Amino acid sequence: MAKITKANSVGEWLDQRLNTTKFNKVMMTEYWIPKDINFLWAMGVLLATTFTILIISGIFLLMYYKPDVNLAFDSVNYTIMQEVAYGWLFRHMHGVAASVVFLIIYIHMFTGIYYGSYKQGREMIWISGMLLFVTFSAEGFSGYMLPWGQMSYWAAMVITNLFGGVPFIGDALVVWIRGDFNVADATLTRFFMLHVFLLPIVIMLLIGFHFYTLRIPHVNNQTSEDIDYDAEAEKYLSGNKKESKVIPFWPIFISKDLAVLGIFLIFYFYLVFFHYNFAMDPVNFDPANNMSTPAHIYPEWYFLWSYEVLRGFFFDVGPLKAFDIGLAAFGFANVIFLLLPWLDRDTKILPAHKRPAFFVWFWILMADLIVLTIWGKLPPTGANAWVGFFAATLFILLFIFLPVVTKIDAKKRGE
Amino acid sequence: MSNETNRRDFLGYTFAAVAAVGGASALVGMKQAWDPLPSVLAGGFTTVELSGIKAGEPIVVTWRGKPIFILKKTEDMEDNKRDLVVGNDRFTVAIGLCTHLGCIPAWKKTKWKCACHGGEFNPSAENIFGPPPRPLDLPPFSIKGTQIVLGEEGPEYKKIATAMMA
Ligand code: FES
Repeated sequence: MAKITKANSVGEWLDQRLNTTKFNKVMMTEYWIPKDINFLWAMGVLLATTFTILIISGIFLLMYYKPDVNLAFDSVNYTIMQEVAYGWLFRHMHGVAASVVFLIIYIHMFTGIYYGSYKQGREMIWISGMLLFVTFSAEGFSGYMLPWGQMSYWAAMVITNLFGGVPFIGDALVVWIRGDFNVADATLTRFFMLHVFLLPIVIMLLIGFHFYTLRIPHVNNQTSEDIDYDAEAEKYLSGNKKESKVIPFWPIFISKDLAVLGIFLIFYFYLVFFHYNFAMDPVNFDPANNMSTPAHIYPEWYFLWSYEVLRGFFFDVGPLKAFDIGLAAFGFANVIFLLLPWLDRDTKILPAHKRPAFFVWFWILMADLIVLTIWGKLPPTGANAWVGFFAATLFILLFIFLPVVTKIDAKKRGE
Repeated sequence: MSNETNRRDFLGYTFAAVAAVGGASALVGMKQAWDPLPSVLAGGFTTVELSGIKAGEPIVVTWRGKPIFILKKTEDMEDNKRDLVVGNDRFTVAIGLCTHLGCIPAWKKTKWKCACHGGEFNPSAENIFGPPPRPLDLPPFSIKGTQIVLGEEGPEYKKIATAMMA
C-alpha cells in the first residue's frame, strides 16, 4: 500500500488516496497544447459542453415524458410545454442543442480534414471521432421519434424501412427492429430505451476513448508542424515560456476555449429563446397518424446531404434498381469518411492551403455538401431530381479520385 | 496434464466453452426479446364488403396497422394478372405502402403518387416511375361471397400470387 500519513489538508488527504496532484498534471497543467492553433480547435470543448446541456435538459424531460403511443404526444406538447415550470425551456434547450451539436460536429470534422489531422499516427482519433458521429446520428434519430408527431412517425417509418434493403433477410429485419409489422408502440419503447440509456452510455465511452486517442500522437496545429513535445515542455517548465511551442491546457490554453465557448453560448441561447422553431418542424405538431403521410417528408437539416445521396439515383441502370443504387450510395456516403486516412495518399501532413490539388478538392466537397443539403429539402421532381443526381454522383467521384488528387500534390512537391 | 501451465490452459478452455454456450444462448434470447409479441402476431383479420365500392375511387382500410388499397377498376383501366375478379368486377388489392421507403402514396385521378421521393404506381399497383423497385405488395386475403377477408390466404390469393411470381 502507498504510504498514508496524517494529512494536513483535504487536498493532501485526497492526494494520498487518489494521487490527485499527478492526475491534475497529466490531465491539465502538464497536458501540452501547441500555441499555434486557432478558434476552430475549440470545437471539442464546445461539443463537450453541448453534450452536457443535452444530458441535463434530457434528464428533466425524462421525468415527465411518457413512452406510450397514446400518451407520448400529449406528455410533450401539453405536460412539458404547458404545465411543467420551465418545461418549455428544457424542451427548447434540448431540441436546439440536438441540432446545434451537429453543426459543431461538422465544423470539428472539416477542421480535421482541412488540416490533415486524420493522418499518420492520428488515424485512431479520426476513427473514434467518426464512430461518435455515427452514434450521435443514431441518438438524434431515436430522440426525434419520441414526441410521436407526424414527422417523427414517418421518419421512423422511412429509416426502419432502409433496413429492408439488406439482402435476403431485409423484410424480416425490419419487422424485428420495429417489434411490429408497423412502426408502433413496441418501436417507440425500444427507441426510448436506446435514446435515454444505451446510446448515451456508448457516447460517453466513445468520448473517453476519443480523448485518450488524442493524448498519444497529440493535437495537430495550423502548420501541421511535427512538434517534439518533450523538448518543448522542458523549455516551458524551465521558464522559457516564450520560446516554447507549447502551453499547458490548464489554466493557459483553456482561456481561449472558454472565450469561444462564451460566444457560442450566447449564440446558442439566442436560438433557444428567439429561434427555437428552426429545430421544431411544424408537421411534428400533428399527432402521428399511420394512415396518412405528410405531403413532403424530409429529415432534419444535418441528415439532408446523405438523404439526398440516397434519393439522388432515381432511375434504374440496366439490371440495377434505382432503389438499390440509392441504398448502396447511401451506405457509401456513411462509411467513406471513416476511410479517409487511407484514401489520402499524400506522404506529409500539411494544411489544405499548402496542398493545391487537395485544396480544390476540399472546397468542391464543401460546395457539393451544401448543394446536397439544400436540394435534400426540395421536392424531388423535375430539374431538382437531376441536381440531386449530379451532386450525389459528384460526391462519390470526389472520394474515388481522392487518392489520385493527394498523390498529385506529393509529386508536385517532388516526393 | 504434465505441469501447471497445462492445467491452467485446461481451465481457460473450459471457461471459454462455458462462456461461448452462455453467450450464444443470451444472444438468442436477446434477439427474441425484440421479436413482435404474440398479441401483435395474432393481431388479426380485417373484413371488407366489396359491393359498395365505386369504380375508379380506391378505398383505404387498415390491416395490421397498415393501409390497404382496394380499387375497383373502371372499364378503361387495363387488365392485369393481379386483378381480383369478383362477379363482373375487377379489383386491385395492395398494401398501400410505397415499396421504396414506405410512405403512403395518394390516389391522383389515374395513379398513385408517392410524395416522399416521387414514385408512381398505375391502377394495377405497378411501379411506373421513380425509385420504388417493385409493384405494391399483395396482402394475403380470402374471398367470402362479396367480402374480402384480409389476413388469411385463400385460393384467389394463391392464384394471383403465383401469377405475379411468373
Ligand atoms: S417512399 Fe415512395 S418514393 Fe420513396
